[in-house]
Amino acid sequence: MKLKGAQIVVESLIAEGVDTIFGFPGGAVLPLYDALYGAKLKHILVRHEQGAAHMADGYARATGRCGVALVTSGPGATNTVTGIATAYMDSIPMVILTGQVPVGLIGNDAFQEADIVGITRPCTKHSYLVRDVNDLARTIKEAFYIATTGKPGPVLIDLPKDVLNAAAEFEYPKTVSLRSYNPTVEGHPAQVKRAFEAMKQAKQPVLYIGGGMILANASAELAKFAKKTRMPVTTTLMAMGAYPTRDDLFLGMLGMHGTYAANMAMHECDVMVCLGARFDDRVTGRLDAFAKNCTVIHVDIDPTSISKNVTAHIPVVADLLDVMKKLNALAEKDAIDWDDKHRPWLTRLEEWKSLYPLRYGKSETGIIKPQFVVEQAWEAAKGRDPIWTTEVGQAQMWAAQFLQFDGPRTFLSSGGLGTMGYGLPAAIGAQAAFPGRLVVNIAGDGSIQMNIQEMITAVQYSLPVKTVILNNGVLGMVHQWQELFHGKRYSSSEFQMNPDFVKLAEAYGAVGMRITKEADVRPALEEAYRINKPVLMDFVVEKEEKVFPMVPAGGTVKEMMLL
Amino acid sequence: MKHTISVLVENRFGVLARVAGLFSGRGFNIESLTVAETEDAAVSRMTIVTRGEDRIIEQINKQLNKLIDVIKVVDVTAEEHVERELLLVKLNAEEKNRAEILRMVEIFRGKIVDVSAKSYTVEISGGDRKIEAFIEMVRPLGMQEMARSGKIALPRGTGASAPKAKKPKSGG
Ligand SMILES: Cc1ncc(C[n+]2csc(CCOP(=O)(O)OP(=O)(O)O)c2C)c(N)n1
Repeated sequence: MKLKGAQIVVESLIAEGVDTIFGFPGGAVLPLYDALYGAKLKHILVRHEQGAAHMADGYARATGRCGVALVTSGPGATNTVTGIATAYMDSIPMVILTGQVPVGLIGNDAFQEADIVGITRPCTKHSYLVRDVNDLARTIKEAFYIATTGKPGPVLIDLPKDVLNAAAEFEYPKTVSLRSYNPTVEGHPAQVKRAFEAMKQAKQPVLYIGGGMILANASAELAKFAKKTRMPVTTTLMAMGAYPTRDDLFLGMLGMHGTYAANMAMHECDVMVCLGARFDDRVTGRLDAFAKNCTVIHVDIDPTSISKNVTAHIPVVADLLDVMKKLNALAEKDAIDWDDKHRPWLTRLEEWKSLYPLRYGKSETGIIKPQFVVEQAWEAAKGRDPIWTTEVGQAQMWAAQFLQFDGPRTFLSSGGLGTMGYGLPAAIGAQAAFPGRLVVNIAGDGSIQMNIQEMITAVQYSLPVKTVILNNGVLGMVHQWQELFHGKRYSSSEFQMNPDFVKLAEAYGAVGMRITKEADVRPALEEAYRINKPVLMDFVVEKEEKVFPMVPAGGTVKEMMLL
Repeated sequence: MKHTISVLVENRFGVLARVAGLFSGRGFNIESLTVAETEDAAVSRMTIVTRGEDRIIEQINKQLNKLIDVIKVVDVTAEEHVERELLLVKLNAEEKNRAEILRMVEIFRGKIVDVSAKSYTVEISGGDRKIEAFIEMVRPLGMQEMARSGKIALPRGTGASAPKAKKPKSGG
């Protein structure tokens, strides 16, 4: 049967199992929007294309499925770049459909033309410009395959308007054949065995978990392995939720704002088992002082991550789910008394944990402490199966430190790129996937203003996301660095003015609340969680509060500032 | 150290930009890059000459492999291989120079491919040392213009970098 290109796109998306897409129309994609009219595909109309990309991203992180965004050519496409780069840095599976001027006009500086394939080349896993309607279905099939397999990532498909209008025979391909793309999935058994033997020799091992664990859906296998082998666990920001945070083996997050116990464990370990992490500079600090006296085991699906920053003594290129299963099988057969072997190490870690827990000073002035709000936000969310998103800055770090997580895909945060403006649209994307769950965005007053226009999207589609603004009136994280490293010269980090967030929420048709007293924090949160509408809570918090512990950029654990 | 990397890629629109972008975006050095179709019209071969410590070269290899359109990457530096570069150079052909030019062309087994009243254009092919040596020798005669193709390379033996080969299924 012959179909128009635009219909082929819609049918292909449905064939991929896509149920929701996020987008914004324009001239170049009008045929596609016409095909969407009445189609069996939910389209959420955003207010800014960056929002569409972050929503698709939030949807993908929460579900594990591929997120889809649809935008027009030129400015529509360029507005998604930050969202694409955000997804790329965190390896999020996403397909971005962009409109393009007709094939014959490409390169002519036509109205609303942008070389989006060129612009996004460094921040996509792959991209396509479809010049022939006959290539359309196969291209979409390949795009989803590439986005979701191996190390996931965003794939962009640029769709010239005349291709959307042309007709072709439609049959959705069942398989993909790409001779040049064969991601390694299975871990080499001998190499996995070598890794396991090294762990057996270890007296002071540590499991250093990255976001790859969540992407590989291997959290359950990790829990099994850690419990069996009694190895302590620390996670990166991206891996929050990959391991239950209240488990006794959990040391907390590591790195710049990681816990004392986690950072000391990384410093003193004899075997470092890095699973799906990439030794980011926010984790390692000064490289020449990191992982000096230990054997490094590194498992990653991406060969380029291995030995890029830190040399791996035992590298394994593979999908983590496969490797964790193999490790569990080995641990199962082994008779070693792990608990006995690790007892002295675990005792030492316990000591560090109790000596230097995450903490914050009591409020002296009566002004609310931001950490307190985060703790209460978690307490009040018990039993509501929450998903948390964050903006970027201090609020993000306090969320990672003071929220608790029981499972993966419950903490969605821009780690690699650190994108302010990510949290609200990501929350909307997650809520679109899980309408019945509680979705809360922990935000700063700076970040929330970067995509606050999406509040109306949440209202329009009855997506009752909650926004917790930790309103300190400043760009907190910038302020903190200026205080510590620039002699308190607060250059352009203090907002002289902020909008009235309560009125703003109300203007959007959401519920607004302002909370200024500690005693009102918990009741406000509980009320907000009960309301089946988007709610924006403006918590007026202590301006001078800082995120601790802190290892200064490029520093070592020795320079860790505790409070 | 200098490395010559031979890369087989899908002969598709945008591949060159992706490879070049990889080098510029990550700050890798590129000394020369040549690209053209192979015996299979769907496949192109790029020969990239680059320089860096082992760690960088390893990253370059891995990053190239990661590109979706890249079929195969072979660092031919350590392998037995044949490499050639083509040089075209236009030399001052005044009366007193002509005999010397002819002598050099003969010694280096080059060819004179164009002649005018004031110039000879010479073609030489060979490894980079030969090319360098030739340039060295004729420079004093007065060079008007020159063009170098950049290096192309093939591993010796049979099918060592044939496109059929795939990246390993499992690694470590
Ligand atoms: C789009 C973008 N611009 C700039 C930055 C740099 N930056 C990092 S944290 C931060 C301050 C964030 O302030 P706010 O959102 O109020 O959160 P707080 O740190 O106060 O919790 C800034 C400006 C960024 N991460 N993203």
